[in-house]
Amino acid sequence: MIAAMIFLISFLALLQFFVSYGHSVVAASREHELSEEAREICGLRAKSIAGDQFRRLMALAALCPEPEGGRLQVRVVALYFQMLGLARTLLTRAIPSAESWIDAERGGCAYAVAVVLDRRIAYNRMMAQRAGH
Amino acid sequence: MLGPVDYLLLFTELAFELLAVVILLKHKALFQYFTIVLYLCASIAVGIGRYSVLKTAGFTSNAYLYFYYLSEALLIICLYFVVMTLYAQVFSEMNVGKFVRGGAMLLLLLTILISYHTVASSSDKMITMFVNELTQNLYFVGVVLTYLLWGAMMKLRESRTRLMQLVLSMGVYFSAFAGSYALGNMYPDLRVWHYVCHLMVLWQPISWAYTFMKVPEDARTATARVIAPTQ
Repeated sequence: MIAAMIFLISFLALLQFFVSYGHSVVAASREHELSEEAREICGLRAKSIAGDQFRRLMALAALCPEPEGGRLQVRVVALYFQMLGLARTLLTRAIPSAESWIDAERGGCAYAVAVVLDRRIAYNRMMAQRAGH
Repeated sequence: MLGPVDYLLLFTELAFELLAVVILLKHKALFQYFTIVLYLCASIAVGIGRYSVLKTAGFTSNAYLYFYYLSEALLIICLYFVVMTLYAQVFSEMNVGKFVRGGAMLLLLLTILISYHTVASSSDKMITMFVNELTQNLYFVGVVLTYLLWGAMMKLRESRTRLMQLVLSMGVYFSAFAGSYALGNMYPDLRVWHYVCHLMVLWQPISWAYTFMKVPEDARTATARVIAPTQ
């Protein structure tokens, strides 16, 4: 009985802590305004980005040379995105209202990758300018 | 008997813990987050100790069983020190560090007493049963302590991103372990949790390494953005 109670409380706490941790990882990206150039390259029109753009943005980010140590953040966001995908598969049948929330979270992940791409474009432009001089 | 996957996970765990210690030292976090370094070093020592006991005495030996559970309890006590450090950082401006330390030690003693009482009143008065019960309870108290700390951080509108991530990663770790120990107590033959536990052990060094590498000490995030990012 006590073990079952501990399991239930811990599971709920785990969900809350993990989601908040995911938010704290992508929160910094939300404050970043995407440049027009990055929007054009990514083919984005709306201010927010849908979660299904995630893989395309990841592929674009992979094509762009990165500043040192820039890969780790993308990996963490990708991991969070995959966990959300798993939650979507497991939860949406049981809790249909969770789908919109999960989609919003996946959109946040896609935005975070777009911000990384934006930074990489800016970095590469700076390096190209330096090489030009 | 342990298989190649177990050994692989054991060495991966050690490698990540070593990496996390190096990153913490590189980012000059030894004095400010001494308890985190202490925990990681204790975890590395325990990992090496477990491997040598495993090699000398074998997986099914009593020596390994005792060493495993007692070292697990020791590591959670180290994690309590980490939680105390985080409490001290959050309440640093209120000068309540002494009360926080006192309260946490009292809670630790209470948990040990309750676990002892639970096992003493049962028919099997085995030390491994006591340590198993104690471990589950300590993890759960860890969940409660971290939850209270996170609640206090929200109330105080704590904006230090690094501190937020450290507290949240502790919360993930404690709740994942408390849940899995509880599940292990309910279904002792569930083999899959053996691997899940190994994987969860990787969480702490990876998340700490990420936080110290990617989040500068002066980084700030509004608490509201972490609770409800659309705000």
